[in-house]
Amino acid sequence: MTIIKNTGGFVPRDRNWQPAALTPQYKTSVKRSPQAALLSFPTTLSEETNPVFGHNMLGDLDNDLIHNYAASGESAIGPRIIVHGRVLDEMGRPVPGALLEFWQANAGGRYRHKKESYLAPLDPNFGGCGRTITGEDGSYEFRTIQPGPYPWPNGMNDWRPAHIHFSVFGHGFAQRLITQMYFEGDPHIWLCPIVDTIDDKAAVESLIAPLDMHRTVPMDSRAYKFDIVLRGRRQTFFENRVEGM
Amino acid sequence: MTQKLEYLKESPSQTAGPYVHIGCTPNFTGIEIYGEDLGASMKTGPVKGQEITIKGTVFDGTGTPLRDAMIEIWQPDGEGLFNSANETRGQADPNFTGWGRSPGDMNTGEFTFETVKPGAVPFPDGRMQAPHVTFWVVARGINIGLHTRMYFEDEAEANAADPILTRIEHQNRVPTLLAKKEADGVYRFDIRLQGEGETIFFDI
Ligand SMILES: [Fe+3]
Repeated sequence: MTIIKNTGGFVPRDRNWQPAALTPQYKTSVKRSPQAALLSFPTTLSEETNPVFGHNMLGDLDNDLIHNYAASGESAIGPRIIVHGRVLDEMGRPVPGALLEFWQANAGGRYRHKKESYLAPLDPNFGGCGRTITGEDGSYEFRTIQPGPYPWPNGMNDWRPAHIHFSVFGHGFAQRLITQMYFEGDPHIWLCPIVDTIDDKAAVESLIAPLDMHRTVPMDSRAYKFDIVLRGRRQTFFENRVEGM
Repeated sequence: MTQKLEYLKESPSQTAGPYVHIGCTPNFTGIEIYGEDLGASMKTGPVKGQEITIKGTVFDGTGTPLRDAMIEIWQPDGEGLFNSANETRGQADPNFTGWGRSPGDMNTGEFTFETVKPGAVPFPDGRMQAPHVTFWVVARGINIGLHTRMYFEDEAEANAADPILTRIEHQNRVPTLLAKKEADGVYRFDIRLQGEGETIFFDI
């Protein structure tokens, strides 16, 4: 009997492309990295399903970090930018309905967090988080200010390149991903021990957003383009055996 | 030369860092822009099945609890159905989201989920898997989110037939995946990132 399935499991993760768990240059990883081999098995329904997030949960300013924490009539300080792109899977298909959550430091490189100790000032009009859901073609955009680089305790003089953190939900829990977007031309990218957890130069480059003059708003905001790729899912295959054998 | 396989590469992961809670549970950090933090509640009304509490702590290789982690869980309802757009086997309990997210306690790092005991879900070959909850852990120092599963120690019979649990080479590590019953309806599932009693993590 031939069975045609419309959905299959997720393609295995390329662990050589992804960062290893133990990366001594990033000191915190040393005691937080599992030492035993990961247990590999094909995805099941537990990994092929995902919670539902509807556009109706979004507020008007959720994707506008310049205004979503600002007092009425005010706005966050810093270079105004639009970040936009598409969420795709490894097959190149758009991923509609993906929830993106993003967070970042302010223009001075300071986070709004009680454990944050950098001396740069808080911006009273900047909270530092936003979220959106991709459209039918997998596209998204949000408005923010360009975050500043900041120092962090690791080596004696380590600085993070300017970056925006992204959390992504696709169509299966197996696609769950957290990553960071960097900005074209930032010399700190190639000095950063966290970036350096990724071995492959092309993989690092896939996290660097280029300036996108086509999407700038003249006299208002520059734009950066950042596409995100989630694990691919086998869509259709044929089986010549009875199900359950 | 051959034709090119035009596949894309998955975006590389980067650590969630120390401030993941700003982005994912902003209300917890005092940033009130949205309503309730996503995943704070898994029940939106009366739910079917046995209501349970899951508690636990994530420990590093020195035995120190993590206080900057974010833990997410994903599971089916009491009947084994997922509240997901790609669930094709039936309609899950509409009052149960199946998804929880916890920043852990500010001082102790302990996470708590108020959920239901999951029903069984089939493996791709049709055999039933033992009831389990999928866990995903991110934190500063974790370069790529760690997947694991929590099974129930009081489901010995189902666990003994589970297609994954029975396939683990080092059977002496299986207890790292079993939640301990602390009281009626209360289970403890501690996660050890490294060293003695290191939790089994999955490459799924
Ligand atoms: Fe950061």
